[in-house]
Amino acid sequence: MESCPSIKNILLLDSEGNRVAVKYYSDEWPNNSVKEAFEKSLFSKTQKTNARTEAEIAMFESHIIVYKFVQDLHFFVTGAENENELILVTVLQGFFDAVGLLLRGTVDKKEALENLDLILLCLDEIVDGGIILETDANVIAGKVASHSIDAAAPLSEQTISQALATAREHLARSLLK
Amino acid sequence: MAQPLVKKDDDRDDEADYSPFLGIEKGAVLQEARVFNDPQLDPRRCSQVITKLLYLLNQGETFTKVEATEVFFAVTKLFQSKDIGLRRMVYVMIKELSPSADEVIIVTSSLMKDMTSKTDMYRANAIRVLCRITDGTLLTQIERYLKQAIVDKNPVVASAALVSGIHLLQTNPEIVKRWSNEVQEAVQSRAALVQFHALALLHQIRQNDRLAVNKLVSSLTKGSVRSPLAQCLLIRYTSQVIHESANNNQAGDRPFYDFLEGCLRHKAEMVIFEAARAITELNGVTSRELTPAITVLQLFLSSSKPVLRFAAVRTLNKVAMTHPMAVTNCNIDMESLISDQNRSIATLAITTLLKTGNESSVDRLMKQITNFMSDIADEFKIVVVEAIRSLCLKFPLKHRSLMNFLSNILREEGGFEYKKAIVDSIVILIRDIPEAKESGLLHLCEFIEDCEFTYLSTQILHFLGIEGPKTSDPSKYIRYIYNRVHLENATVRAGAVSTLAKFGAMVDTLKPRVFVLLRRCLFDNDDEVRDRATLYINTLGGDDAVVETGEDVKEFLFGSLDIPLVNLENSLKNYEPSEESFDINSVPKEVKTQPLAEKKAPGKKPTGLGASPAGPPSTVDAYEKLLSSIPEFANFGKLFKSSAPVELTEAETEYAVNVVKHIFDGHVVFQYNCTNTIPEQLLENVTVIVDASEAEEFAEVASKPLRSLPYDSPGQTFVAFEKPEGVPAVGKFSNMLRFIVKEVDPSTGEAEDDGVEDEYQLEELEVVAADYMLKVGVSNFRNAWETMDADCERVDEYGLGPRESLAEAVNAVINLLGMQPCEGTEVVPNNSRSHTCLLSGVYIGNVKVLVRLQFGLDGPKDVAMKLAVRSEDEAVSDAIHEIVASG
Repeated sequence: MESCPSIKNILLLDSEGNRVAVKYYSDEWPNNSVKEAFEKSLFSKTQKTNARTEAEIAMFESHIIVYKFVQDLHFFVTGAENENELILVTVLQGFFDAVGLLLRGTVDKKEALENLDLILLCLDEIVDGGIILETDANVIAGKVASHSIDAAAPLSEQTISQALATAREHLARSLLK
Repeated sequence: MAQPLVKKDDDRDDEADYSPFLGIEKGAVLQEARVFNDPQLDPRRCSQVITKLLYLLNQGETFTKVEATEVFFAVTKLFQSKDIGLRRMVYVMIKELSPSADEVIIVTSSLMKDMTSKTDMYRANAIRVLCRITDGTLLTQIERYLKQAIVDKNPVVASAALVSGIHLLQTNPEIVKRWSNEVQEAVQSRAALVQFHALALLHQIRQNDRLAVNKLVSSLTKGSVRSPLAQCLLIRYTSQVIHESANNNQAGDRPFYDFLEGCLRHKAEMVIFEAARAITELNGVTSRELTPAITVLQLFLSSSKPVLRFAAVRTLNKVAMTHPMAVTNCNIDMESLISDQNRSIATLAITTLLKTGNESSVDRLMKQITNFMSDIADEFKIVVVEAIRSLCLKFPLKHRSLMNFLSNILREEGGFEYKKAIVDSIVILIRDIPEAKESGLLHLCEFIEDCEFTYLSTQILHFLGIEGPKTSDPSKYIRYIYNRVHLENATVRAGAVSTLAKFGAMVDTLKPRVFVLLRRCLFDNDDEVRDRATLYINTLGGDDAVVETGEDVKEFLFGSLDIPLVNLENSLKNYEPSEESFDINSVPKEVKTQPLAEKKAPGKKPTGLGASPAGPPSTVDAYEKLLSSIPEFANFGKLFKSSAPVELTEAETEYAVNVVKHIFDGHVVFQYNCTNTIPEQLLENVTVIVDASEAEEFAEVASKPLRSLPYDSPGQTFVAFEKPEGVPAVGKFSNMLRFIVKEVDPSTGEAEDDGVEDEYQLEELEVVAADYMLKVGVSNFRNAWETMDADCERVDEYGLGPRESLAEAVNAVINLLGMQPCEGTEVVPNNSRSHTCLLSGVYIGNVKVLVRLQFGLDGPKDVAMKLAVRSEDEAVSDAIHEIVASG
């Protein structure tokens, strides 16, 4: 099993370290309190770093963790100590971008919770029992949002244009304030 | 909508705390789940309720068995709805609930229908769900569909089936192995991810067939694998093949190296890195092979992406351990990484530089590190401190600047682990670099002036007591030590009193001054401090005259306690106050091997045996009592050692016998612990017939039969041998159990009157050199070593031949000698090429023995060993060498 790259968990936390959505694929964390403790210490270790433009990386409790932040959302992907870091970051980027597409550019905690079903489906499409299922954000988002997985490509384009529209709208509102 | 998920407007003000799930409650959501049972399903509403349920589970809420079952049954109703979005949520929900076997049946038919549906999304998800929750029996029913799905033209469906196959291989390997034709076809798929999943599954199916893996790798490395992930897998399999074939063809080019090197030019960074890492990890990699890999890693060092920099520097750090020269080209890039925002990267860069640096660059490096230390966390600092320690040992001439650095960081803020790492490093440097001693000791003295950790203060005081008196001017340390008596808590004060006494004992000119100080300590308000002061004043002589300190006083102050503290504690607890004072010599010195014996016990049959392994009282004390109660053995003298029980029968046989070897000065007694495991039999007059023809120096003198051995109640029989006094005679003994069998009526438990004589062959038993060695630890090996006479030292070198690993060789020698490893040196760190192991013990005739073993790898597998022995008797030193030479 060890020769196949595997993901131990994917975490989406808010700016206080609380869960938005998490998924564990490894039984190294046997119960919820252990998981919460892991998330807490991981969050406090990483919160001061600047992981907004590029994904960051850390060794933590003999795991390799890659992470990226946007607004008040913190994305994490955990792998084994000897895992290829670049594979992990590909998974992280896939998750991160897919969420961006699904939330149409407004990626923050509120939006994420309001569309929690999409986030959960997104997690379900990225990794199955620790094995990487898909890393292309467009395909992931397509599979989640579409009512038919075959029509992935056009939808993602549509989402981008809508995302731009939403962004424009936000900008306009902030200027009016 | 009856209950809007999104509350608008009124929550706008406190947007920060706003959540659509605010105030959500499990009971209420479970109530809401009733909508699943409505005849007219509202897909939107149902989706929302499932989301809420999933939210609760995600937050760590748990459902009771009843609740989970209820929700599960309600959710299965939703298969009626044709809404695709809702169906997706249903799939996720079923996976989260992980229903029990009897519940699974309810959804099986629905899922099987979806699995054959025309909609790709249904097929893909139904396969994943079904394979997750199913067991082996159902699998045979759906196997046909899964095989079809693997070669489905829709990549999502194929991937779903393949990934499920990978999971199922763990539980139902024989079924999944039947799919290998389809999987092989999928490896050729045009879809990237399908290729990746198919390759992973195919390799797992064939991983135990080396030839097949070899074929797989050779065919794929020629063709083009499209997916980067699949390419990474292929690189991993290739390095496995290289690793396994390494033993066969030593000479010539490495097979598949060209493939790995070619991957360094792949367009995906993931693949480039995987290949570079694989090359650096090749067994016995040459510098020519390393160069291209190092070159790409060097490029990564200046990447804008932290992850790339981290991956590269981490790999180079590992390379630097074995091939420091290969990494020196990257030094300039590494130095710029010292200021990296990501402190993990910076720390890895620094420790790499410390490994590759040469003597001339040390000073410049130290300057850079000093700036860097203030803004990293303790855990990183510890790594740096350890790297500096090994650097200092490598370049002893640089000890001044490195020691200064250590003392500077010792004065700064830091937690216990960090400070301990620094103090440990300084102590090691003082020990190994004589020139560094005085300055190092002064740094430690300054540190304890302002040290908040009691543990560290007492450790340093103890160390000062040993090293301080040997310096050129011991008096300058007295002030630091006596200050502790004024200013610290009782533990440190007591430690300081002991240290003062050591100075008094070793430096005669200081003695009167030490006395004055010790007297003041008599008024301390702590018992321990006062007691120690009183004790030392009396042992040191009591008057102010300058007298030389007696040898036994020195022994008392500096000698190591060669008694395991656990044993001392037990003996003290057992001691009853009486006229007779406690005799420390009565405390057994053997380190207990009890836990090992206990570990073996559960392997045996649980019937009665497990409860007490053949019932031997296994501490040395108890053995001694047992043996001295037998008149035949009473005059053998003091028991030297009793071995751990050695099994003479296989587990699960009719009669279970193990033997304990008791060694006396001129005798050996075998204690056979026998257990009869047949309820219908009673054994009488049980003896062991020992054939000592292969043990020439032994002569049988007595044996003590066991009168009766009923079912399941262990008994002992003994055989005693005479051997030359004080000589560690060795030999092999074959054993035969002889007894009279009587049938027992199981209903009444009564034995018949007539019995039949019978024999039962037991395994051979050996008396080996290790039986004459007591495992007795010393607390400070170096001290003990130095106090032994160097004239009795015997050094020689041995080649141990090819060995599995260094650790295996170390263990073999420890077991051969039967000595106690000291200071944790029996543990061999991974990947190390050399190791030093310290052993101590007491040889027959009560001769203390210390052994220093230095192991080194010579070539790829050959282990060479240097054995240095010191003991109180040179004949014994020679004997130890003989044991190793003949072992």
